[in-house]
Amino acid sequence: MQDLWKDFNPGVWTQEINVRDFIQCNYTPYDGDDSFLEGPTDATTRLWDQVMELSRKEREAGGVLDMDTKIISTITSHGPGYLDKEKETIVGFQTDKPFKRSLQPYGGIRMAQKACQDNGYEVDPELVEFFTKHRKTHNAGVFDAYTPEMRACRSSHIITGLPDAYGRGRIIGDYRRVALYGTQRLIEDKTNQWNSTRTIMYSDVIRQREELREQIRALEDLQKLGEIYGFDISRPAANVQEAIQWLYFGYLAAVKEQNGAAMSLGRTSTFLDIYAERDLANGTFTEQQVQEFVDHFIMKLRLVKFARTPEYNALFSGDPTWVTESIGGVGIDGRHMVTKMSFRYLHTLNNLGTSPEPNLTVLWSIHLPVNFKRFCAKTSIESSSIQYENDDLMRVTHGDDYAIACCVSSMRIGKEMQFFGARANLAKCLLYAINGGVDEISKKQVGPKFRPITSEYLDYEEVMDRYKDMMKWLAQVYVNTLNIIHYMHDKYCYERLQMALHDKDVTRWFATGIAGLSVVADSLSAIKYAKVKVIRDENGLAVDYQVEGDFPKYGNDDDRVDSIAHDVVHQFMTYVKGNHTYRGGRPTTSILTITSNVVYGKGTGSTPDGRKGGEAFAPGANPMHGRDKHGAVSSLASVAKLPFMDAQDGISNTFTIIPGALGKDDIVFAGDLDMELDCPDEACRIPNLMEGLDREF
Amino acid sequence: MTGRIHSIESFGTVDGPGIRLVVFFQGCPMRCLYCHNPDTWNPQGGHEISVEQILRLYQKNKSFYRNGGITATGGEPLMQLKFLTELFQSARRQKIHTCLDTSGITYSAKKVEKIDQLLDVTDLVLLDLKHISPQKHQDITGHSNKNVLDFLSHLNQRGIPVWIRHVLVPGLTDDSQSLYELGRQLAPYRCIQVLDVLPYHTMGKSKYQELGLSYPLGDTPEATEEQAKAARREILLGIRENR
Repeated sequence: MQDLWKDFNPGVWTQEINVRDFIQCNYTPYDGDDSFLEGPTDATTRLWDQVMELSRKEREAGGVLDMDTKIISTITSHGPGYLDKEKETIVGFQTDKPFKRSLQPYGGIRMAQKACQDNGYEVDPELVEFFTKHRKTHNAGVFDAYTPEMRACRSSHIITGLPDAYGRGRIIGDYRRVALYGTQRLIEDKTNQWNSTRTIMYSDVIRQREELREQIRALEDLQKLGEIYGFDISRPAANVQEAIQWLYFGYLAAVKEQNGAAMSLGRTSTFLDIYAERDLANGTFTEQQVQEFVDHFIMKLRLVKFARTPEYNALFSGDPTWVTESIGGVGIDGRHMVTKMSFRYLHTLNNLGTSPEPNLTVLWSIHLPVNFKRFCAKTSIESSSIQYENDDLMRVTHGDDYAIACCVSSMRIGKEMQFFGARANLAKCLLYAINGGVDEISKKQVGPKFRPITSEYLDYEEVMDRYKDMMKWLAQVYVNTLNIIHYMHDKYCYERLQMALHDKDVTRWFATGIAGLSVVADSLSAIKYAKVKVIRDENGLAVDYQVEGDFPKYGNDDDRVDSIAHDVVHQFMTYVKGNHTYRGGRPTTSILTITSNVVYGKGTGSTPDGRKGGEAFAPGANPMHGRDKHGAVSSLASVAKLPFMDAQDGISNTFTIIPGALGKDDIVFAGDLDMELDCPDEACRIPNLMEGLDREF
Repeated sequence: MTGRIHSIESFGTVDGPGIRLVVFFQGCPMRCLYCHNPDTWNPQGGHEISVEQILRLYQKNKSFYRNGGITATGGEPLMQLKFLTELFQSARRQKIHTCLDTSGITYSAKKVEKIDQLLDVTDLVLLDLKHISPQKHQDITGHSNKNVLDFLSHLNQRGIPVWIRHVLVPGLTDDSQSLYELGRQLAPYRCIQVLDVLPYHTMGKSKYQELGLSYPLGDTPEATEEQAKAARREILLGIRENR
């Protein structure tokens, strides 16, 4: 082990499992530009051509090329799979060949069956019988415990997207540990943990001991996965190629057993750069080789696939896997964490072409080096495939070794995990407040039978009063539904490998989510500042609204309505926090329906802001489409007023702008981000326009 | 004090350096054939706003405007000289970069004292020169360009940085002789830092319909980026050969 760590600066990381310390002791911040980058090798181009060909065939086959119907996917369930063994420098697929989707029944056998049937396959009947009669699934457990009220909330879509029939996802294993320590050391560490639990057998201690044993078994299987592909990953990785390979095996083992909606990768680039720097210095590999490893690694991440149903794909507008990788950011000692590897990751968008996966996410800070910012801007313009998140905001609570799961959920790697919580439809909740708990579409009594509002025109104070009561009810039923889901998931579909790559004691974020925030804010604003007349059906149920007069709309930096949005989030979180959460989970919320806003809107009747029944919500925390009238800054300013401390799981704003509205050309755009840090020379302020004049002036 | 404005854009990226708060002033004496903001012509239109209100909008989101500032455009901001001066004076006190986007048409030597008060607190002028020939300028805007060129000369004397903007309209402002002549006449002015040739577009057409006006340029085609670049080269040639 000492030998494999040769040339690394020692630190506490040699004594304990501590990847962050290893990074801080060893990484080399890179301030240079992108000129060192290498293009794709011939092998890379050919492999990618092969992938494109398979993608075409998959499309022609209706979306799925091949599926397992007999083999239950585990870490060691399949033999090795390759695109072209000779050309691949990083290897491993979820099954024994690329584009073949694995069978994962532990989340729910019915979902697994349906995913097969909808794509023209049939799960082996013996297997169905086994998972129906002999081995219970997460889904079966959940439905044993659901109350009728929970089921009603679920089917009327006031609580939506619940992970009760497949993997919950969102947990990021610290896959870097596999590369740095090898599985043997990790197994020893977990065995020590198992030997040192508390000794009186309360149920939580029993559970911990059982889970630790599961984790050890998963690490043993992971080691076997390495053997299947001909590698001994019991020891630490010896060079950058092995480090990528070891790390990828860790991730691959996770996606072989878990099919969560978001199976994110973590924050790996700066970690791997330490190996690359050592190899470059020692002449082990050339830059071209290192880039090839990265290209092949990213190629693998693009080929992560799960068996899904058409309904699932409709909810997420496609077949996403959210293999999110967090890049850059700034350390708490003030050094930025951009390395050459950060460039190499983004450069795959050039070498392989653009792709939404892996979800390359730059942790943006004002203190990132200018050359990296320029490269990001350039790559964004060329590929439209980079996500940006505010490191300056998140570093305050999460330190400098956190990563993003899915789109915006931040957690310290290996130290924090999240119970994914789907979302509550707060717009529908407002309609329940008006209708006394009766669903405006199904006309069934779903919520509690509170007195409905009967006046012709809505009164703000009265509506707010009822709304708070209804939110309190919703928070209670929502959190308790999630309690059941996570209890059963831990019991029947435990993420043994991902949790094996966590510390013994982890912080659990209990995530919830909000949908329809801008609809609620505008509706309450309309009620307060305009007149909203209620249209009722023959049974007295409010089914539509007429807005008379104008009212402040969220998205215009107008405090009158922005404060309503702020207060609704804060109020709802207060109610959420008032509930018991499973395993001491720390409640948080997100406002991030990036794609499912269409589906949520479809299931919600007309609202008092003038939105008609069935019309899409705005995505995430966005203002409603076309209602922000004062340009981007005002629109963003409204979003920025939402309380991050209440919504630490993330606030998303989907922002589209025509390139011409971002400035005169690419160069101006890149320059504008940083002019004052960037270049004291006045000429930089207006680069391209000066062309042709500069000789004279 | 208050002025009349048409609207405010919180994310202006093409009217001066950086991200800017762009204030569209209401009212304009020009009737440019290709105007894309006819809804800013009427001095009685728009709505009232105070200097404080505008600066409050700026200060609220000043982190966005770190490298930008405030741009006054319109309409013709110089029509509300007093209000504009007060706006820029207050902005200057708050160390905000001030940019005036103008046609310069209301300039005259008689007003120079008042205009100088404004220029004392103006960091940058975007001067929209519609045509170099007085007659053609008259045809396009309804006014001669004498005031505009006098204003440019004055700005040069005062050493205020100027970005020249010129809209390229096929058949109206695109003959190479005029472009070269434009360059020739701009050559002596060392205050000019930037030359921006904007291709004519027809996005303003629908506004004419809404206002019940007929669109003066009818079916004149839009100019392409390439045409604009070529025209810019022609003007630059005129500048270079006459320095």
